Amino acid sequence: MPKAGVVIVGSGHAGGTAAALLRQYGYAEPIVLIGEEPLAPYQRPPLSKAWLKGEADAETLMLKPESFYDESGVGLHLSTRAERIDRDAKAVVMAGGAVAPYETLILATGARARRIPLPGLDLDCVLALRTAADADALKRALGPGKRMVVIGGGYIGLEAAASARALGAEVVVIEREPRVLARVACETLSDFFQDYHRRHGVHFIFGAGVEAIVGGDGRAAAVKLAGDTLVEADVFLVGVGATPNQELAADAGLHCNDGIVVDLDARTSDPAIFAIGDCTRRPMPIYGGRLHRLESVPNALEQAKQAASAIAGRPAPAGEVPWFWSDQYDLKLQIAGLPFDAVETIIRGDVASAKFAVFHLDAQNRVRAVEAINAPPEFMAGRLLIGQGKAVAPDRLRDMSISMKEVAA
Amino acid sequence: MAKITYIAHDGSSRTLDVKSGLTVMEGAVKNNVPGIDADCGGACACATCHVYVDEAWVDKVGKPSAMEESMLDFAEGVQANSRLSCQIKVTDDLDGLVVTTPESQH
Repeated sequence: MPKAGVVIVGSGHAGGTAAALLRQYGYAEPIVLIGEEPLAPYQRPPLSKAWLKGEADAETLMLKPESFYDESGVGLHLSTRAERIDRDAKAVVMAGGAVAPYETLILATGARARRIPLPGLDLDCVLALRTAADADALKRALGPGKRMVVIGGGYIGLEAAASARALGAEVVVIEREPRVLARVACETLSDFFQDYHRRHGVHFIFGAGVEAIVGGDGRAAAVKLAGDTLVEADVFLVGVGATPNQELAADAGLHCNDGIVVDLDARTSDPAIFAIGDCTRRPMPIYGGRLHRLESVPNALEQAKQAASAIAGRPAPAGEVPWFWSDQYDLKLQIAGLPFDAVETIIRGDVASAKFAVFHLDAQNRVRAVEAINAPPEFMAGRLLIGQGKAVAPDRLRDMSISMKEVAA
Repeated sequence: MAKITYIAHDGSSRTLDVKSGLTVMEGAVKNNVPGIDADCGGACACATCHVYVDEAWVDKVGKPSAMEESMLDFAEGVQANSRLSCQIKVTDDLDGLVVTTPESQH
């Protein structure tokens, strides 16, 4: 009987990378990759940026060429839903009843766009942005003379807004909070992004409760705000966060808590099952081991490395500082770390000239996080400092005449 | 199209045909060449696609931009011939290029 090998559920960035790394690490048993989407693993970050603007082709988007999977002995089951995990039989049951037996299972099920209870959400022209199909639908709806309403001023919404402006479309961003990026960035950064987007012609409506999306003939035409204000548009992008796809794991009795809970090998509460990427809640060694859910490509890659190393019998990879990036217009935002326990913020550089960084220090003057706009040295040095847990002198950090190399030395 | 040789830290090497227009990083990642992580997929945001350009090719490949240089400044094991491979576009002129990957990208 053939060996069962590794089954990976989820063909996103995390799942695709895990398969590739297992082969790089010399894992020789069968690998099966099951994904709901019709496409082989591809990169999601460009969907709201270069892909949306039509600046990237399909070949660039794909993680690996189609031929890779055959050549590497990775069995691809695309457009296939995994229905349940039979832990006793060590097998994944797919829609239609086919069964994939596993020695080791990796769950890389990702996250889905959070749905808010909003009348009209199912009308045509109301979109989310998670998949290539979503991005293609959005791209078709954008162009000169078109108008997009974005519900939610998060990263996806802002990146899509910048791309839509580049395509000549009008953009209105509606945000419940008084500022954009309210949950994920500091106020200085929020203010900066709002100003920058405004200067590029984006309109904002803050503190606004969306009551419904209304339209006719099954097609959305406007957003109805509290007080009966209508905001009309051709397309509506809802970007209000993500929900981890943990149902498969939870139904199988794996420990979940707003994400599949894993350890630093990316192992779940079942030693034969790993989970990686957006679907997980993982320990953060730099931040006292607390558990956190990270939605980012670097995290997906780090956990793919952890799982592939454990499965292939390699030493665990060195811990990484979590980080994140976003491109909007000519801005490069790079964020390292998380502002846990931060009590002080230091601004280095000049906000007005769009070249600055915000450092977040804890009570011992250790850098916990840095948000850098067009400031790679601040990001890179900040990332090092966060990893080292070294205290810095706030005055030196503020002083642009002292280079980041010297500050970090 | 250009033939590019990727030499790993342990001395093992692979030579691949990489299409013009792709980057040296994409040539490696798409062919599952180990040693180049490219966390950001080519946005010049992470410095995890660091390579050493063979001395004979340094002039032809050219110098890094200011942005790339400031990322490289903080990468591990940087040398005069260091480049971020996501910032090197493959052209027919680079046929025969040889790059070496560092021991670690993190």
